[in-house]
Amino acid sequence: MDAAILSPVPAVAVDPMVPRPFRIVRRVKEVDGCFTLHLRSLDGRPYAFKPGQFNMLYVFGVGEVAISVSGDCRDLNRLVHTIREVGTVTRAMAQLKVGDTIGVRGPFGNPWPIEPAYGHDVLFVTGTVGLAPLRPLVMEVLNRREHFGKVVVCYGSRGTHDILYETLLHQWRGRFDMQVHVTVHSAPAGYRGRVGSVAGLVKIARFDPEQTVAYVCRSETMTRPAVQALYERGVTADRIYVTLERNMKCGVGFCGHCQMGGSFMCKDGPVYRYDTIEHVFSVREL
Amino acid sequence: MERTGTVKDRLAGNGKAVVGIEGLDALIAALRDDGYAVIGPRVRDGAVVYDPLDSPADLPWGWIDEQDGGRYRLVREGEAAFGHVVGPQSWKTYLYPPRQTLWTGRRDGPGFTVSAPDGAVPRYAFLGVRGCELAAMAVQDRVFGVTPHGGRAVGEQQFTDSGYAARRNAAFLIAVNCGRAGGTCFCASMGTGPKAAGGYDLALTELVGDGRHEFLVEVGSEKGAAVLERLPRRAAETRDVDAAERAVERARTHMGRTMVEDPASLLARNLEHPRWDEVAARCLSCANCTMVCPTCFCTTVEDKTDLTGDHVERWRRWDSCFTVDFSYIHGGAIRQSARSRYRQWMTHKLSSWWEQFGTSGCTGCGRCITWCPVGIDITEEAQAIKNSEGRG
Repeated sequence: MDAAILSPVPAVAVDPMVPRPFRIVRRVKEVDGCFTLHLRSLDGRPYAFKPGQFNMLYVFGVGEVAISVSGDCRDLNRLVHTIREVGTVTRAMAQLKVGDTIGVRGPFGNPWPIEPAYGHDVLFVTGTVGLAPLRPLVMEVLNRREHFGKVVVCYGSRGTHDILYETLLHQWRGRFDMQVHVTVHSAPAGYRGRVGSVAGLVKIARFDPEQTVAYVCRSETMTRPAVQALYERGVTADRIYVTLERNMKCGVGFCGHCQMGGSFMCKDGPVYRYDTIEHVFSVREL
Repeated sequence: MERTGTVKDRLAGNGKAVVGIEGLDALIAALRDDGYAVIGPRVRDGAVVYDPLDSPADLPWGWIDEQDGGRYRLVREGEAAFGHVVGPQSWKTYLYPPRQTLWTGRRDGPGFTVSAPDGAVPRYAFLGVRGCELAAMAVQDRVFGVTPHGGRAVGEQQFTDSGYAARRNAAFLIAVNCGRAGGTCFCASMGTGPKAAGGYDLALTELVGDGRHEFLVEVGSEKGAAVLERLPRRAAETRDVDAAERAVERARTHMGRTMVEDPASLLARNLEHPRWDEVAARCLSCANCTMVCPTCFCTTVEDKTDLTGDHVERWRRWDSCFTVDFSYIHGGAIRQSARSRYRQWMTHKLSSWWEQFGTSGCTGCGRCITWCPVGIDITEEAQAIKNSEGRG
């Protein structure tokens, strides 16, 4: 039933290299340097994706950049992207207002697989803006809540000011059927929450390591300690999914920029089961 | 392009024919009549390049190329039209041009509209495609989704580059079996030449010397047979076929270079080999090897905006994994060192290509050796790593 709602992944526009214009219908300011755009296609056709997939977003006359989808995969009429200002294109994107148009190519990439976690505890390990690409997956897991054991979110940010989707984290924490752990690296005096690393949260979270599937969405550097913490708890590499990032120009495996060893991150990734990439993950500058 | 029995039945004897020099004239004329732009080798700027041909007179008669690491010279020798081997260009120049417009956009009120360029497809007839180059096209066919492949299980989406596919499918291919090997050739050890293995419409072997100058013609497709039937020709005799085989055999035994066996697993288990530092000290990161390589396919995009800011164009142009920018993500480039960039290129070509596309990305054409300004030799680098293992 659930599968029917989500599949098949729709054919990308006739030419996957040509962007589809979308209108910005809502703009939300998130933590400093982050904003969320809600988009609606101008051609009226619905937009379907699976959690973990990404789009190439285009700002007219400026350029294009790969951004994960961060909205609800069951809402085919609203495409949601949370974006951090880090480069020329995303800074230009930050200047756009409701009513402006943005180009969209996608969705591209392999989604987070959900079915392998059926019957297991589910652990999400993420931090700062990494929650944005993971949000569609958490939402979908909650949509299919009856299929899983414990559902645990481990989230960390630098400080108390940059906790992404803080309201949503509070909502999740208010549910009786999931655990939400939040930690910050540094906090002002008097802060009563947890201070420390996300790996530290993995150590204290309650889940059955033998029966857990973990989804890690962190920067490449921070993925290593997260995976290490999971190993220490006894979660094996074949039950850990990670997502990675590379330069992307096309999204369809033609431009070559996103290669890591024998894989193209745009179509073989960005989500990988950790045991399939562990051997190349440890090679510097690959 | 399938071989069919009916074609050979219509052609007398062994299905092979012999044409004279006037047969080349008729061949080019027939292809032009059929609406093909005939592209083939000719001498320009001191090199043999692939340019439009008006007649066989444009071919590099009596020129051969001396090639070695970092060295290419044209010299006068003999009278063959195809005595040279491969030059700095490959057919990807035509099938996947160095610059292509992906789409154009126009500002339209608060938004914009985009339109793809018109779909006119040039019909090329390539004259003089070598075995290594046919193999390179077969490799790019896999890269651009024209033919399925046994590589890594890809995601749920598989894409085809429509422009490449259209140009490729419209092309007429006339192979030439090499009667001479160049100083940097190593197709024999890559299993791609010097005889064209298939995938052509017609294949020529130049028979020159002993007072004769003719071409043995073999048919690879129905399309090829239909063109051959319009040429002045005679049926090939055993001595013609034997002479062609001898010519190819001579090339096979005169290869300038040899690739080690199974470089794929050799490199895969030597990602941290000290030889990478050694080659990085010589590599200029100039990207020449990737530009001349017939299978290298990497590209980047450029957005062009006019002065009003209302009209934009997106261009796709060849790119190279040897630039630092190539792997840039926020915060810096993944491959900062020349060592990592050379390793990326060479291991991709010989090793990870197998994972991706179920084939080698190297066909043994030798261009990367010849056109490397410091003469880095991919066969030598592979051999050096292999030798060090032997010393174990």
